[in-house]
Amino acid sequence: MSVIFPVAVNVFRESVRDKVLYNLVFFAVLLIAASYLLSQLTAGQDVKIIKDLGLAASSLFGLFIAVFIGIGLVWKEVERRSIYSLLSKPLRRRDFILGKYLGLVFTLLVNLAIMATALYLVLAYYAWTSPESLSRAWEAPAMDPALLEAFALIFVELMLVTAIALFFSTFSSPLLSAALTFGLFGIGHFNADLKHFESVVASPVAAWVARVLYYLLPNLAPFDVKSQVVHGQPVAAGYLLLTSAYGLVYIGALLVAAAAIFSRRDFK
Amino acid sequence: MSDEDLKPAVREWKPTLAVAAALVALVGIALALQQARERAYGEPQAADDVLYVRSGPTLEKIALSYKAILADVYWIRAIQYYGGTKRSASSEKRYDLLYPLLDITTTLDPFFNIAYRFGAIFLAESYPGGAGRPDLAVALLEKGFRARPEKWEYLQDIGFVYYWWLHDYGKAASWFEKASGVAGAPWWLKSLAAVTLTQGGDRRSSRLLWQQLRETADNDWLRTNADWRLTQLDAMDQIDELRFAVRQYAQRLGRLPQSWVDLERAGLLRGRPLDPTGTPYELDPTTGNVTVARTSPLFPLPTDPQGQR
Repeated sequence: MSVIFPVAVNVFRESVRDKVLYNLVFFAVLLIAASYLLSQLTAGQDVKIIKDLGLAASSLFGLFIAVFIGIGLVWKEVERRSIYSLLSKPLRRRDFILGKYLGLVFTLLVNLAIMATALYLVLAYYAWTSPESLSRAWEAPAMDPALLEAFALIFVELMLVTAIALFFSTFSSPLLSAALTFGLFGIGHFNADLKHFESVVASPVAAWVARVLYYLLPNLAPFDVKSQVVHGQPVAAGYLLLTSAYGLVYIGALLVAAAAIFSRRDFK
Repeated sequence: MSDEDLKPAVREWKPTLAVAAALVALVGIALALQQARERAYGEPQAADDVLYVRSGPTLEKIALSYKAILADVYWIRAIQYYGGTKRSASSEKRYDLLYPLLDITTTLDPFFNIAYRFGAIFLAESYPGGAGRPDLAVALLEKGFRARPEKWEYLQDIGFVYYWWLHDYGKAASWFEKASGVAGAPWWLKSLAAVTLTQGGDRRSSRLLWQQLRETADNDWLRTNADWRLTQLDAMDQIDELRFAVRQYAQRLGRLPQSWVDLERAGLLRGRPLDPTGTPYELDPTTGNVTVARTSPLFPLPTDPQGQR
């Protein structure tokens, strides 16, 4: 752990130096501008749309950070040839991978925490300035703590995407890694179709292959509870736990695979 | 003045200022060129009435985990489309995209309560104030109830569509009855069903209906809409009284009044009659018919099939 920590801290510092957290400024501007414009456009749905926008922007900005920083985590060290000096130190390759991963995950956590705070501040303003006749119509209170459930699953999903990006970056170029990660992110959101593939193909083999793929590929759709939370629909604690546990186990598998590939890589 | 004469701070800022000035000048020129082109060749038409993807399920796939925000975009489009079409001066208003927009919105976000309830109002409202498609309003609300079976309000709204727009009081009563069977539905829905069945079309029962909707509205807009309907019903009562006065005038003098002044002179009216919004009523001197003015916010009044009070 003592060797993983400095690697992780370094990734976080590098992200700050690379102005990754500047996206928070865009996020704040987006929320404030939207708050002003929405009251003119949405027929009393401002709070719902601000929540949707805040959650979607947190997820989207996080996705871009996870992918574009994630694919460069290993590649940059190889490209700059700093990998040689790093690996000459008493640092196992798997610790290097884990440190890099945890560093980016921490960056994402800080980013999401600030975004969540900014969203709650805007919602607090709405709660404070809206007359009771308007706030009575809200399906969920403006400062609904349940929003944190959506943020929690967004975070686990971003952790998973980071692990995918890191996994690909251990053996392919940044461009290919980005394409593959975005591809898996897309597939992950509609791979439920694969489970019932037998209804669209006659071949039992194709249906079986589709079913195997369904279980093999990451299933990201269950991480999206934004709509339920915004509408004040309850999300069961068991659901949150099982989905998070699934994500963490999948992340574990990806990190093991990434570490195994990276350990066998020849940098000569 | 040479560069050496400038103060160091000014010298330092000089290149930045030069770049800023160049940018302002270039953007200014670009704007002027654009205006010149628009003056010469006309402004480009906004492609507002285009819906590139009409399939909600397809959009649902494309949206990945951003369905809710995309639903908001389509909701804003639906409002803009409805408002824009309603306010347009065109004599051939078309609301063709309204249902597809609402359908996509509610497919992307099946919990979007207001999209079902407002959407049904926009769709059911008679043309040209709305799409004049109560059938689609019912379809949208039924879709809402499939997504949220606890929402008795959707069944109540279907009852309203049958009552108010389709004047099918039997069906209206049966929907109110269905709504009353949903857990958490208010007690008065059962009596509303009974009143609708026995006194459907009666203006008093219409008033009762809108009063109930007003009192249970979960949104200011729905409340305002109910208030507006209640004001229309008040205007319809006043019009009945004015028509009665016109008939009395015709019976007494054997001809129709040519203006409100004739009725005033005959002692049947005190002053020019105004509707509840303060707009004068219109009297047709050839038929004796009394209506709200086209300029009145209450225009057009709903159909009153039985004309009872």
